Amino acid sequence: MTAVELPGVSQTPHPPDDDFVLDVRDLRMRYGSVDVLHGVSFTARRGEVLALLGPNGAGKTTTIEILEGFRMRSAGEVSVLGVDPGRGDERWRARMGVVLQSWRDHGKWRVRDLLTHLGTFYAPYSTARIPRPWPVTDLLDTVGLTAHADKRVHQLSGGQRRRLDVAIGIVGRPELLFLDEPTVGFDPAARREFHELVHRLADLDETTILLTTHDLDEAEKLADRILILAGGRIIADGSPDALARRVAGDAEIRWSRDGERFVHSAADATRFVRDLLREHGDSVQELEVRRASLEDAYMALVYEQESGARTGATARVWQQGSDR
Amino acid sequence: MNPTSVAVRAGLRRGWIELRNTFTNYQDLWNYFFPTFVLLVAMFFMRGSTVPGTTFSLGARTLPSALGMGLAFGGMLVLASQLVVDREDGTLLRAKATPNGMLGYLIGKIVLMSAMALVSMALQLIPALFFLDGLRVTSAAAWFTLAWVAVLGLIATLPMGAVFGSLIENPRNLGLVMLPNMGLIALSGIFYPINGYPGWLQAVAQAFPIYWLGLGMRSALLPDGMAAVELGGSWRHLEMFGVLGIWAVLGLVLAPVVLRRMARRESGSRVAARRERAMQRAV
Repeated sequence: MTAVELPGVSQTPHPPDDDFVLDVRDLRMRYGSVDVLHGVSFTARRGEVLALLGPNGAGKTTTIEILEGFRMRSAGEVSVLGVDPGRGDERWRARMGVVLQSWRDHGKWRVRDLLTHLGTFYAPYSTARIPRPWPVTDLLDTVGLTAHADKRVHQLSGGQRRRLDVAIGIVGRPELLFLDEPTVGFDPAARREFHELVHRLADLDETTILLTTHDLDEAEKLADRILILAGGRIIADGSPDALARRVAGDAEIRWSRDGERFVHSAADATRFVRDLLREHGDSVQELEVRRASLEDAYMALVYEQESGARTGATARVWQQGSDR
Repeated sequence: MNPTSVAVRAGLRRGWIELRNTFTNYQDLWNYFFPTFVLLVAMFFMRGSTVPGTTFSLGARTLPSALGMGLAFGGMLVLASQLVVDREDGTLLRAKATPNGMLGYLIGKIVLMSAMALVSMALQLIPALFFLDGLRVTSAAAWFTLAWVAVLGLIATLPMGAVFGSLIENPRNLGLVMLPNMGLIALSGIFYPINGYPGWLQAVAQAFPIYWLGLGMRSALLPDGMAAVELGGSWRHLEMFGVLGIWAVLGLVLAPVVLRRMARRESGSRVAARRERAMQRAV
């Protein structure tokens, strides 16, 4: 880049936080005398997909509700789309979408009427970059509800209802989308379509997505980054791959030889297999190498946190990991 | 485009869609037609009796009183129960998650409630005209009075309905508002004049909108001579304005505060918790 000043081009540098759609620092929440969140910190950039994992009661819902502006926090710095959610106005509200777990509203409405109606509220917040709302016909097609557009909402099946919830969540073309267990009750085909939709939103529209799920496979497929929340703290923050690799380093190797089955775990699986084949050659059959999965990592981390061993090796590795 | 005016227009449209939805739903239609039918049957059998001290049909006196009662009920109880239900199923949270959605929601409710009040009045009035005599239905003045009493009644009762609906968390507790209102019907001279009641009971009845809305509707539809058998021997429009006005002011002051408080506390986990409770009730 050259240092020539062009007339009309603003030279003011962006503030350092401008890139962050979500910026949470030391978030704390206390109900009465019970601390639910003990200093949660994380960030998300534009277009990033974050999965928030954690056991029930870990504080996931509380965290999301604070970010959505539905709940006041006890302490900490929170910025959502550059605004403190405790003071977000309707303009701010128009830039986000919310998909909750248990919505049974508007049962008597027809699908198309409801999407059209809710979409109109977003029209005044349309910008040159993001035209709002999402045209209903196109949106119905995107979530696969075109055939059900004239049905009443209470006539939809569980999965269809969920897709409608997602459609309502994105009708305003949000820059930030909260998805609370979005695929519960989906059949495998609907789940795959939904995953494609999430990828499309993140990649083409640069929507930042924060989703919670109990399906680790789903988190691995969708998320750029995974946050594990346990006991009111973020105990891990990184890509699914890095998470799996760093936490449980050993891979599992299975094979059979002369009709007998073997299982072995090794830190360096490649070397182990090389040695194994050199030693036994063709008699090794049904060789299988299984890397530590996200599930293994999750279980290890959550177990460690719950058993109170927070100073254990895993946590230290993690600290180093996130400092990089 | 001004976001507020967009939300107001969306709210008007919302009211219209909800009205259409409710009139194409069998359960709702039953809820409208059944009580109306019962009232009409009651009036039919009362048409031969006379108001004490007159030769005027008791059935014809009951019709306007029942219209007034319907207004008070529709404004207060139906709105309150809709708010409670809308909170339980997440409709309200949806409005909260939408920019200016709360404004649209409230305007939609006002449109829906007002339209429903008009429709249920027509549902009672039109069939009753076929078997009741003596009502002033050809007088323009009567219709004018009916219109302003209806409007004043809605202004007096809808905000209070919103207040009750916001304060009640559990649909089961709707009875706390429902039952006293049932009692008030008996006190308020809807089906029979209350001249014979002890003074303190009359005073209690006159503190609430039902009595005055019944009286107001009678003043619109009954011949002027019938004022003689009312309390104080007149239609007492001034007093009616006073009492309904106090309710309206009280409601309009309280409703925004209580509604805002309720809306602020609404969140996904609260809706989920209510759903949990509802499922337990169903078992």
